[in-house]
Amino acid sequence: MGDVILTMKDIDKSFPGVHALDHVNFEVKRGEVHALMGENGAGKSTLMKVLTGIYTKDSGSITFEGKEVEFHNTREAQDAGIVIVHQELNMLGHLTVAQNIFIGREFKKGIRIDDKKMNEEAAKLFEKLHIDIDPAETMSNLTVGKQQMCEIAKAISHEAKVIIFDEPSAALTEAEIEELFKIIRDLRQQQLGIVYISHRMDEIKVITDRVTVMRDGGYVGTLITDECTKDDIINMMVGRVIYEDPKTESAVPKDAPVVLKVEHLNAGKMVQDVSFELRKGEILGFSGLMGAGRTETARAIFGADPKTSGDIYIDGKKVEINNPQDAVKCGIGYLSEDRKRFGIVVQKSVAENSTMASMENFVKGLFINKSKENKVAQEYVDSLATKTPGVDQLVVNLSGGNQQKVVIAKWLIRNCDILIFDEPTRGIDVGAKNEIYKLMNRLAEEGKSIIMISSEMTEILRMSDRIIVMCEGRKTGEIDISEASQEIIMNMATREI
Amino acid sequence: MSKAVVNAPAEKKKSMFSKSGNQKLIVLLVVIFLFIFFSIFSENFRRYTTVLSIMDYSYYIALMAIGVTFPLITGGVDLSIGTGLICYSLAGGYLVVHCGWPTWAGMLVSVLFGVLIGLLNGALVSIMSLPPFLATLCTCMITRGLGSICAKSFGISWPTTGSEGSWFRDIFKITIGDTKYPLGLLWVLLLVMFMAFVLNHTKIGRYTIAIGSNKEATILSGINVKFYHIMAYVISGFFAGLASIAYSAVFSTVQPGTGAGFELEAIGGAIIGGVSASGGAGSVGGSLLGVFVICLLKTGLPYIGLQANWQQIITGMVLIGAVMVDILKKKRAAAV
Ligand SMILES: Nc1ncnc2c1ncn2[C@@H]1O[C@H](COP(=O)(O)OP(=O)(O)OP(=O)(O)O)[C@@H](O)[C@H]1O
Ligand SMILES: [Mg+2]
Repeated sequence: MGDVILTMKDIDKSFPGVHALDHVNFEVKRGEVHALMGENGAGKSTLMKVLTGIYTKDSGSITFEGKEVEFHNTREAQDAGIVIVHQELNMLGHLTVAQNIFIGREFKKGIRIDDKKMNEEAAKLFEKLHIDIDPAETMSNLTVGKQQMCEIAKAISHEAKVIIFDEPSAALTEAEIEELFKIIRDLRQQQLGIVYISHRMDEIKVITDRVTVMRDGGYVGTLITDECTKDDIINMMVGRVIYEDPKTESAVPKDAPVVLKVEHLNAGKMVQDVSFELRKGEILGFSGLMGAGRTETARAIFGADPKTSGDIYIDGKKVEINNPQDAVKCGIGYLSEDRKRFGIVVQKSVAENSTMASMENFVKGLFINKSKENKVAQEYVDSLATKTPGVDQLVVNLSGGNQQKVVIAKWLIRNCDILIFDEPTRGIDVGAKNEIYKLMNRLAEEGKSIIMISSEMTEILRMSDRIIVMCEGRKTGEIDISEASQEIIMNMATREI
Repeated sequence: MSKAVVNAPAEKKKSMFSKSGNQKLIVLLVVIFLFIFFSIFSENFRRYTTVLSIMDYSYYIALMAIGVTFPLITGGVDLSIGTGLICYSLAGGYLVVHCGWPTWAGMLVSVLFGVLIGLLNGALVSIMSLPPFLATLCTCMITRGLGSICAKSFGISWPTTGSEGSWFRDIFKITIGDTKYPLGLLWVLLLVMFMAFVLNHTKIGRYTIAIGSNKEATILSGINVKFYHIMAYVISGFFAGLASIAYSAVFSTVQPGTGAGFELEAIGGAIIGGVSASGGAGSVGGSLLGVFVICLLKTGLPYIGLQANWQQIITGMVLIGAVMVDILKKKRAAAV
């Protein structure tokens, strides 16, 4: 670790109704990876946006390389040597990979943009980073993980002195995360200062040198990673130690009725001959690698994608589900993994989003019963501990994790008996995660049945009563929690058939 | 890895061809098919004079379509080009006919007027953040009124063939010996090539696509989005200005109060030609081909005994087809 390259002192920032940053201090040294942690809505992203000129701070000072600076937009920050990989993907789907990487600083021959040179430069960059992507490919054709790698490559190509990664790993596969860590270690070697935001405790231990913790917009403290435990960090984040044992035994009686039965479901390439049963009060974990076809299976059951063949039985009766409306009528609720695209309407309020799936309970004659809507929404804001100044706040202004809670509230209000949670805790901090776990357990106890798709092994092992493993569109294993272990599941998830 | 570098450009061509190229090819085939179809079923259609008149009808729509492709790609729209075209033509024509200005000065006024309205549209959309539909609907009404005021509510006839200052009519249809040639087609093609270059190989074009793909992300990339967003509307206005010259040159009299609906033919053509209704994708060449489809239907259908009403219904259906193709393409892309 070298000398301090960046200091943020007493940074203060308010949005209407939210004191997002309350005199926060933060510093980065050359050659260190500095983790920034905190619960959803703690203000991590906001702090980094203030640094890179996307938001203007209300007060406080930023010193970069010994000089006080104030950036007015990302461009100025970039030019000074500070770049950010945003939490939300910022790709331009219609342009090629190379065009995305060099956007705003295209190589030119006269007035003509030199795409050939850009492709070559991008290929060189990828080669250096050991990323296998064709620079001439159209961005929207890449997987989310690959798109994220492009964003990372773009940030690195700026020859920056400080790079900020805002939850880069949420969409990456294990292999891609490994690659990312190699890149980060390399950058550290080159004496760059790196800010790493993540909710995954394991990553923090592996890759970072120091940890700064924020809570409710305030600065809590900075620790040296090697000298602290996970619990220390969590303690600082939430002010209490959380501890919950993984399940060791199924809580569902053997003779519990089957509420959902799927037989020989086929839908495109990604769902081939999938059959399974879901019992009342059960949490059925769906494990597998990225792209194993779990989400596709869920979407086909929910009627969001067309099925080629297969039967679905609910409470023993065969049902036709051709679209999400049918599914909702059958009492199925689906929480999408991609909440931005399918889960919420960001320009609507928390209350409107919460009641969206159960509108009919909130209309009186022709009119929407606003006060009832607000009351119910408020109940769920309280019970899920959603951080929002009020139920009339627009969802777009909530932090990532809190948006997820609004989606969960939506289906809970709908009172669905079968809930499909697709990556329910992606991008959610430990505190909120634990609440969601508790909530899922509570729901299961109340007799609801849950399908939980998750890429996090610990989550699968902690929550499931039974686990189904998929690989390349097929079901490759089914195992009771009492017999399950990480090795067995991994084996099934990579099984060739 | 070094192999990838060599391969990259070649692969790019392939992928370009399979996406926007594919649709262009289909539309080109439709154009050829329609032409042959009408030629088979109507003897009169086969005449050279018919081809000439199709051309006459297509220039101003084609020019509007080239321009409006840019706002469409940003995810917006420009509804002011139709009534705008009439307004610019009337303004320029008034100066030429009633104030004795030379023809070239009148033409210049037409074009500059278009640029000005484009600038206004751009400012409303980009700086005032009005929805493009609304902003350009307002300027559509404004230009309609302005046009009438300019012409004092009378029709205006730019200098007719043979009279002094009528040279500009030859730009579009030149008579050599006894034969008339559709010279305008050449200019339209040259402009299409130039604007295709602008769209694909210059910053203006690149950022137009970027804005249509994801405006927020474009801003975060440190690009002056306001400026480039305005530019898209200025280009549209500029081409509406050029279209007004084509209109003045092809038709003998320009009537105030007309022009509403022209924009729909241009926008429809662009969408048939592959401009995505939700922004981000599109090509100038495709837009031109799309306009030919519309113009062929417009001129061809009466020859096989279907009146104007039918022609509109059929054009509308073709448009639905084009939008469906766009949606299907997006679905397929999402499924990958
Ligand atoms: N543009 C905005 N307008 C209003 N409030 C905002 C805006 N951006 C952020 N906030 C609020 O500021 C607080 C901090 O949000 P921020 O996105 O920084 O959290 P975070 O720590 O990054 O959380 P997460 O881990 O969920 O991404 C939240 O309460 C959020 O609702
Ligand atoms: Mg964040």
